Amino acid sequence: MKIVIVGCGRVGAFLAGLLDGSGHDVTVIDLERASFAHLPATFKGTTLMGNGTDLEVRRTAGIDKTDALFTLTQGDNRNLMSAQIAKEVFGVKHVIAKVNDPIRANTYRDHGIETVSRTSILGTLLEAMLMGDPEVGKILVEKARGHEAEMAGA
Amino acid sequence: MYFVIAGGGEVGFHLAKALLEAGHEIMLIESDRRRAAYIEEHLGSVVLNAPADEGRFQIEAGCQRADAVIAVTGEDPANLVICQLAKWKCRVPRVIARVNDPKNEIVFKALGIDETISSTRVLMSVIEQELPSSGFLPLMPLTGSHLELIEAEIGPNGPSAGKTVHALGLPRGTAVGGVVRKGSVLHADEDLRLEVGDRLVILAPTKDEAEVRKALAG
Repeated sequence: MKIVIVGCGRVGAFLAGLLDGSGHDVTVIDLERASFAHLPATFKGTTLMGNGTDLEVRRTAGIDKTDALFTLTQGDNRNLMSAQIAKEVFGVKHVIAKVNDPIRANTYRDHGIETVSRTSILGTLLEAMLMGDPEVGKILVEKARGHEAEMAGA
Repeated sequence: MYFVIAGGGEVGFHLAKALLEAGHEIMLIESDRRRAAYIEEHLGSVVLNAPADEGRFQIEAGCQRADAVIAVTGEDPANLVICQLAKWKCRVPRVIARVNDPKNEIVFKALGIDETISSTRVLMSVIEQELPSSGFLPLMPLTGSHLELIEAEIGPNGPSAGKTVHALGLPRGTAVGGVVRKGSVLHADEDLRLEVGDRLVILAPTKDEAEVRKALAG
């Protein structure tokens, strides 16, 4: 798949590394060149410096041929705007925005933009771990720890 | 009328002041505590110190009964989200967004925000109107139509003096609304011959502005 990731912070770089490692064609966009240092040394995809909400930057990234796009910058609003442009203007099929405010995450999901809130996911997971709830997040935690071990070993 | 203004920078502050002076009721939402205090000191208790891009604060500001919400922060993504939340959550009948990057005008329209104001565009049209040499003045865009209202004066050295309206060769989809000659209005019939000093009022698709300019002013 051709995948575009907007925002190369810790989450963006982590995801880029995973998808690149499993053979996808990954393009990462960030405003600052220094952010690309988060990417693993093995990353073989494309890095593009620019504003993820800018139409020209998106065309350069080949957005019209993109299968999936993630918006993972630190700004909820920026992520929502980028995600909507990808979906409504360029017709990208799979679009997911990181929206840390759980209420905004919920509202936009109701309006057709898939959102993931780190706040609610991490909060729910931590509560389950404390309460010894074995089912919640078991697979997720195992998978995440697997990735962490791979990164630490590499 | 009741207006909620999101963002208390220079634009938001002076807009609030002007609306108050015109006798309207307003609430201004500003997230910076010191800026909010400053505005309250100057305009009175019309400030809510909170982030405007969160639905609950829009409700606290009374957006449900607002006639319009106007988002004028310096951040385009914030203005987009503020307007969308106001439309969806509070059913505000009219939302207006300031766009800082003129390119975002098209983007906002595509995402359902029909009324946008770009300070760059406003300044550009003011500057163009103050250049008398061209005789070609884009007056205003018509909201929601991709059309532009243009005023053009027939100059002595331009390509259009002495031609008929038909012979101007304006692009398809363009209409000459009328011709002003010596203070009276003439019908813009196809065979009306244009004279130096005539002023034409034209409706044209925004994308064809350059072509219209070429036909009239060279």
